[in-house]
Amino acid sequence: MSEEPVAVVGIGQTRHAAARRDVSLAGLVREAAARALEDAQLAWADVDAVVIGKAPDFFEGVMMPELYLADALGAVGKPMLRVHTAGSVGGSTALVAADLVAARVHRTVLTAAFEKQSESNAMWALSLPVPFQQPLLAGAGGFFAPHVRAYIRRTGAPPGIGALVAYKDRRNALRNPYAHLHEDGLTLERVRSSPMLWDPIRYSETCPSSDGACAMVLTDRAGAARAPHPPAWLHGGAMRSEPTLFAGKDFVSPRAGRDCAADVYRQAGVTDPRREIDVAELYVPFSWYEPMWLENLGFAAEGEGWKLVESGATALDGDLPVNPSGGVLSSNPIGASGMLRFAEAALQVRGQAGEHQIEGARRALGHAYGGGSQFFAMWLVGAEPPAT
Amino acid sequence: MTRRVAVVAFARSDPARPTAGLTEVELLLPVLREVLERTGLRAGEIGFTCSGSSDYLAGRAFSFTLALDGVGAWPPIAESHVEMDGAWALYEAWVKLRTGRADTALVYAWGKPSAGDLDAVLTRQLDPYHLAPLWPDPASLAALQERALLDSGALVPPVPAGGSSPGGPAPVDGAAAVVLAVEATARRLCARPAWIRGIDHRIEPHGLGVRDLADSPSTRLAAARAGAFDAPPVDTAELHAPHPAQEPILRRALRLDGAVAVNPSGPAAADPPMAAGLIRLGEAAARIHRGRSRRALAHATSGPCLQQNLVAVLEGEPDV
Repeated sequence: MSEEPVAVVGIGQTRHAAARRDVSLAGLVREAAARALEDAQLAWADVDAVVIGKAPDFFEGVMMPELYLADALGAVGKPMLRVHTAGSVGGSTALVAADLVAARVHRTVLTAAFEKQSESNAMWALSLPVPFQQPLLAGAGGFFAPHVRAYIRRTGAPPGIGALVAYKDRRNALRNPYAHLHEDGLTLERVRSSPMLWDPIRYSETCPSSDGACAMVLTDRAGAARAPHPPAWLHGGAMRSEPTLFAGKDFVSPRAGRDCAADVYRQAGVTDPRREIDVAELYVPFSWYEPMWLENLGFAAEGEGWKLVESGATALDGDLPVNPSGGVLSSNPIGASGMLRFAEAALQVRGQAGEHQIEGARRALGHAYGGGSQFFAMWLVGAEPPAT
Repeated sequence: MTRRVAVVAFARSDPARPTAGLTEVELLLPVLREVLERTGLRAGEIGFTCSGSSDYLAGRAFSFTLALDGVGAWPPIAESHVEMDGAWALYEAWVKLRTGRADTALVYAWGKPSAGDLDAVLTRQLDPYHLAPLWPDPASLAALQERALLDSGALVPPVPAGGSSPGGPAPVDGAAAVVLAVEATARRLCARPAWIRGIDHRIEPHGLGVRDLADSPSTRLAAARAGAFDAPPVDTAELHAPHPAQEPILRRALRLDGAVAVNPSGPAAADPPMAAGLIRLGEAAARIHRGRSRRALAHATSGPCLQQNLVAVLEGEPDV
C-alpha cells in the first residue's frame, strides 16, 4: 500500500529576536504552536502526537526539554518525540512528523522546533573543548570559513559575491515581520565594509543569534479536506548523513547533500530543479553558502553557482528566488532555522507568504544542513496533491 | 495491509567488561559489528539508521556526530537521531519501515554515565525555572514516588532491593543495537523474527505535583495501544525501572501476574542510561529469537518518576 499523502495545514512562528525575555522557553514554543493551530483552525485536542526538535540541549541548559515542554505543547497523554540532528534538526523534525502521517500511524501531528539562544552562549557551545579531537575552532564561522575559501579558490568566484547574498537576504527580511534583523538603512557598501570575522566572512555576512520557534500542523488527506486554508502538499522528503571528517570529504559540495537532493527530486518527479522549482528556502548561515548550495542542490553546474547569484536570478524578482523570507542570515534560532526553511517553502506554495510572497509559486524547496556539513534534510512541497 | 516489522538481531555491551578510558565510539563499535554479523548485513546495506543518546551524559554538544564515525556512514546514509533513549529511536525506525521507504533499519544507543555525576546531570532534565535550581536528584524524586506508593497501600515495606542508588548497582557505560526488518526480509535474516505486534509511547505532565506518583497511566495507555492487554497474554515482560519502587507501579499498570517472567535478563537499573530502554526491547526480542518466549512485552521509560513510557508487544511466529 502506498504512503498516505501529507499536507501542511497550519504554520506558525514567533517574532524572532536576540533575546525574547518576555517569554519562558515553554512560552516561546507555545507561541509558535498556538499560531500553527490557529492557522489550521484546530484545537490542542485535535493533535494526535507531538514531534519537537532543537539543536544541542546546552544552548538552553535544559536536558531533554521535551519532558519539561510536554504540558505547554498539549502533549500530555500523547506520544511525544524529540529529534536532534544538529543544524538540520528543524528539517529532520518535520520529516519525522511527516512520516507518522505517511505511515498512517497518526492522522494529525504537531511539530515544533526552537532555540532560545539568549539562555546560553551558542558560540562556546559550538566550540568543542574535548582534547584529541578535531576542534570546531571558535564558533561555527571558524569551522566553515576555510570551506568558503576553498569554494572561492576552486571556482574563481569574485570576492564580492558573499556581500551580494547578504545584502539581498537582509533586504528580503524587511518584508518579513517575524524576522530578527530589520536593517532599514542597509547598503551594499555597508555590508562590504563591515568588520571581518572569519576571513572571508564579514559581520554582515553572518547569521545572528536568535530566540525563536516554528511550528507546523501536518495531516492526512482527510485532514487536508477539512482545512480552512489551502494546504501545502509534501512531494518529497529525505535525510542524508555522512561522517564529520574523513579523507576525501568534499566540504565545498558534500555528497550527502547531493544524494539527499537527488532522492527528493526523484520522489517529486523533478528532473530539472532550476526550471521546475519556483522558490527555494536554503539554509545559508554564512552568505557564501548560497552559491555553494546552488551547486550542491543541482540549481547550477559545478563552479557556476556564484554566477547565478551575480546575475540576480536568486533575488525576489529573479527566476529562482532564494530565501525571500530573509533566511538564516536574518533570523537564526538554530534548532528552528531548518523548520523555518521548510515552513517558508510551504507558505510560498500556499500563497500565504505575505509581503515576501513569490507570485505563482507552485513548487518550493526547503533545505537544512548541520554538523560539519554532514547532516542534510530537505523537502519539496507543492500547491497540488502528489500524483500518487 | 500495513507492513509487518520485526526485530531480527540484538547486541549489547557486556556489563562485566571494563570500559574505563573508552570513548563513546569505542563503546559502540563492538556492538554495531556484532549486530550486523548476526544478520550478515553490511552497514551500507541498511535502509535507515537511527540512534538515541544524550549530549548531557557526554558533557558536550553534538556528541552523536562522532558516534556516526563508528557506523561508517560512507557513502552517505539515510539517518536520524533522537535525544532520547534508544527505545524511541527504534520507534522512529519502525515508523520509517512502515512508510515503505526502507526494508531494514539499524538502531543503536549508548550512554557513558562515568563521564560525569549522573545524579547531578539528571537534575538538568527538570523544569528549568522552578525545579532544576533545587537540584533534586533522581533518587530523591524516586523516594517521593515510593512514599506515594506506600501511602496508597499498594506497596508494603520493605521495598524491593536492587535500585541504582542508594545501595544498588550504579549504571554502567555501554551501548546496544538492534536490526529491524520487514516481512520476507525479516524471515531471511532471522530464523525466529520477533514481530512488533504493537508499539506506542505516551507522556505525562512534567510537574510531579499534578501526577499520581503511585500510578503510571501513560504506561497503561501505551500498553493498551500496543495491544498488551489483548489475548493471548504475554509470557515475558522486560521492564525499565530505574528505581526499585517503580517496578511494582509498572507491574500493576501492565497487569502482570505471577505467570509472567519479569526481567529474565536481569534488572534494568544498572543498564547504561539512554540505552537501557533499547536493551529491554532487545532482550525481549532475543528471548523470542531463542524460542523461550511466544509473546513478550518490553517497556522503556524517560524523565523523572516514569514521566514518559513506551511499550512494545513482540511475538514469535504463531506456529513456532
